[in-house]
Amino acid sequence: MDYFDRFAVPHPSPAIYASMVAIGLTMIAVVAGITYFKKWGYLWREWLTTVDHKRIGIMYILAALLMLFRGGVDALMMRAQTAIPDNGLLDGQHYNEVFTTHGVVMILFMAMPFIIGLMNIVTPLQVGARDVAFPRLNAVSFWLFFMGAMLFNISFVVGGSPDAGWTSYFPLAGNDFSESVGSNYYAISLQIAGIGTLMTGINFIVTILKMRAPGMTLMKMPMFTWSILITNFIIVFAFPVLTVALALMTMDRLFGTQFFTMANGGSDMLWANLFWVWGHPEVYIVILPAFGIYSEIISTFARRNLYGYNSMVISMVAISTLSFIVWAHHFYTMGHGAMVNGIFSITTMAIAVPTGVKIFNWLFTLWKGKIVFTVPMLYSLAFIPIFTLGGVTGVMLAMASADYQYHNTMFLVAHFHYVLIPGTVFAVLAGFTYWWPKMFGFMLSEKIGKWSFWFIIIGFNVTFFPMFITGLDGQARRMYTYSESTGYGPLNMLSFVGAIGLAIGFALIVYNIYWSTRYASRNISNDPWDARSLEWATHTPIPEYNFAVVPTVDSTEAFWDSKKKGFKLFGGKVEKIHMPNNSGVPFIMSCIFFVWGFALVFSMWIIAIIATIGIFACMIHRSFEKDHGRYISVEEIEETENKLRGAK
Amino acid sequence: MKIKWALLTILFTIATVLTGCDNPLMVLDPKGPVAATQADVIMISIWTMSFVVLVVMVLYIFMIMKYRASKQRDDYEPPHIEGSKVLEIIWVAIPILIVAFLSVVTVKTTNEVEATPKGYGDQEPLVIYASSSNWKWHFSYPEEDIETVNYLFIPTNRPIEFKLYSFGPISSFWIPQLGGQKYAMSDMVNTLHLAADVPGEYMGRNSNFSGSGFAQQTFNVNALSAKEYDKWVDEIKATAKPITEEKFNELLKPGHVGQSTYTGTHLEFSPAPEGENAGHDHGSSDTEENDSKDTHEEHSEHSNMNHDH
Repeated sequence: MDYFDRFAVPHPSPAIYASMVAIGLTMIAVVAGITYFKKWGYLWREWLTTVDHKRIGIMYILAALLMLFRGGVDALMMRAQTAIPDNGLLDGQHYNEVFTTHGVVMILFMAMPFIIGLMNIVTPLQVGARDVAFPRLNAVSFWLFFMGAMLFNISFVVGGSPDAGWTSYFPLAGNDFSESVGSNYYAISLQIAGIGTLMTGINFIVTILKMRAPGMTLMKMPMFTWSILITNFIIVFAFPVLTVALALMTMDRLFGTQFFTMANGGSDMLWANLFWVWGHPEVYIVILPAFGIYSEIISTFARRNLYGYNSMVISMVAISTLSFIVWAHHFYTMGHGAMVNGIFSITTMAIAVPTGVKIFNWLFTLWKGKIVFTVPMLYSLAFIPIFTLGGVTGVMLAMASADYQYHNTMFLVAHFHYVLIPGTVFAVLAGFTYWWPKMFGFMLSEKIGKWSFWFIIIGFNVTFFPMFITGLDGQARRMYTYSESTGYGPLNMLSFVGAIGLAIGFALIVYNIYWSTRYASRNISNDPWDARSLEWATHTPIPEYNFAVVPTVDSTEAFWDSKKKGFKLFGGKVEKIHMPNNSGVPFIMSCIFFVWGFALVFSMWIIAIIATIGIFACMIHRSFEKDHGRYISVEEIEETENKLRGAK
Repeated sequence: MKIKWALLTILFTIATVLTGCDNPLMVLDPKGPVAATQADVIMISIWTMSFVVLVVMVLYIFMIMKYRASKQRDDYEPPHIEGSKVLEIIWVAIPILIVAFLSVVTVKTTNEVEATPKGYGDQEPLVIYASSSNWKWHFSYPEEDIETVNYLFIPTNRPIEFKLYSFGPISSFWIPQLGGQKYAMSDMVNTLHLAADVPGEYMGRNSNFSGSGFAQQTFNVNALSAKEYDKWVDEIKATAKPITEEKFNELLKPGHVGQSTYTGTHLEFSPAPEGENAGHDHGSSDTEENDSKDTHEEHSEHSNMNHDH
């Protein structure tokens, strides 16, 4: 019985039972639906086994959108709980689980996969490649992320969610203080997803460095590709630290080692350091690609080339370097002394300089331009002032002496939402709208898009601005309740109202997808935005091989110059194309990883051992497999090309 | 357009709230030299940053008003402009100057708040051990040989040296109106210098999430004149019961308790993790090693007791 008690939710509530039922019904509906429409074969052949970077990207984005809503519901629950003093909607434990999963889901299972999804779709196209360097590895990366995310998500109905905050500080996250399996879920699902991310990092560095079209020197790469290259370098340097930290955490929790505990020389500071050595660069992993997306969109809709290309690149490199030497600003209050805090203050504030350069470059990209206010452009323009507010409060937080007062307060919460939401969420929404026609062959409705834009922008400010004020008034973060005498009530209520506005905005995005899928015109050109980079130079829908002839590049805006100055992009003649074969192994291996993770969470050793053997069996199978891919013949390419040309 | 108005409204609201005098924000309403320094730093940074925001906003509004497509001829083709060395040097150099200025302010004030508060250098500080357990605060006054739970009396106009540590998860000791916070951790002792200039009652709390009862982990701080403070100490000594190991262990169990007062301190039978008892310090000689090992065991015993309830 003892054993089965661990599967029970430690703090059951009607909401959790309701979601159990909802999850069960949804799964039955999905399985029944696929069976009824006889889509299992299609699903397996076209999606589950695919190694096509475009499809993998779409799956990343779908999963990220799903997680956006999961994390969003968490957020709404938090705002509802704190909207009035002494509210009894959630109890303390439930609230702790909600804010923990909100943080983890939004950063690791929403922001990053959304970014990785966009980069999967766009980067190979922008550099004129046919796929990523290691297509099958790419599929492994996706499925590992997906299984990690799913493992994390079942925690709240099986065994209990992690409740120690997304930072999982020890000793709170250790066995002594977190007795449920929640923190096991945290350690193991992040580990599985993290391995996937690390492999993505390697994959895209190689893709960008080795697979660029002839003529595309590094300093002729589009800014989005630049941001992706730098981001992936950060991934490759930062994620191993997370891997190690999580491995130590797993050993502490499952095998009784004492790296981070209170007894026997374990050090809670070691966890804080390892976590933030990864965690600080992590925020740049989700924000630098956003800078790339904005650069593309602002220059497209200002109808002008990007201002200060070189300084944009230099700034990003500078930011990425600085991102590794500021981690201690997350715990100025841990008692390092004035000297260490002073040094980390200065390095942190220094990030404002290259970031400022980028803001001014974007502003001067608008200069003498011809600005068209499309939905992606609106997000990009809204980003500038809001992110500036987030950035300057970041400088305020960087000042150690003052941070002693902001630390752990709502002021901090307001700050990081003011950088992460315009910096990442607006960017992925902008990028998603901008590249949508390339992915699906029709445009999203501009009208519905603008409605959701205004709901999101206004809702966002109404939600998060009051937190700067309550923070300065002494409201600590992560408090599930407060008394009326504190006076935090009205501003928290205002936040809740804003959160509802945000929720409506996000719901409108879903409605937009539904509406546009049904009613939007399919008769669009390959280049509906009149854009500037190579991804728009190929057909819509994009053929499997991306480009029938590999493009030749002469400038930073190869496609634009081919339209305006008549540069010749596709000079060569059509030849047979080598493509990789689909494979079921990545999916199967990741499913085994899921079982492995689940078994570890509940210390079911026999299953864990069998799963480990299964994982290695998959790898051994791959190493003996003779799969040299296949060729697409010239006739087939010409037939596809003619059909796609005819479609227009 | 709507963005601009929304932002202006928000900026106006914050400005009104920040300058409103009848109900000032706690952090900006200091009652001691440390919090005063921090409030000054915050205001300096707000003004400096307002300048940056203003410059960006002016440029921003100018650009999106002047260069919108609807205001231009149909055949207008935006030019290709690579960038400008002069402009780019300007917007690198000015931020560097701003950051340098703020760095000087930061380093100076960080040293200030880490030392005995300004103007109190000649006085012997009152040492108070503040230790947290789930979810309460234990205050030991070695000088007076008394201990309080969940409330704090301090004399005004005397520097206070808090020695912070924890019997459980990391907590953060914070009295916003007297000064910024610092962590209380299980394996080391942190020092926080504060002082109160004005008598009064202040809110103190743990601000670092430490489990389900964390929201209510607060304490009252009563700053009294030296005379009244001495009177309070005498009263405690005359009326309170001594703290015993048994009583203290009971207090350590997770949960909320009200305020209480004792004579003696728990430091006698459960010393703070400093010196030879520190988690990081494993001692050099054999005896010391044994000592620290004993303490570790004692510690882990406590933490086990926390959870076997």
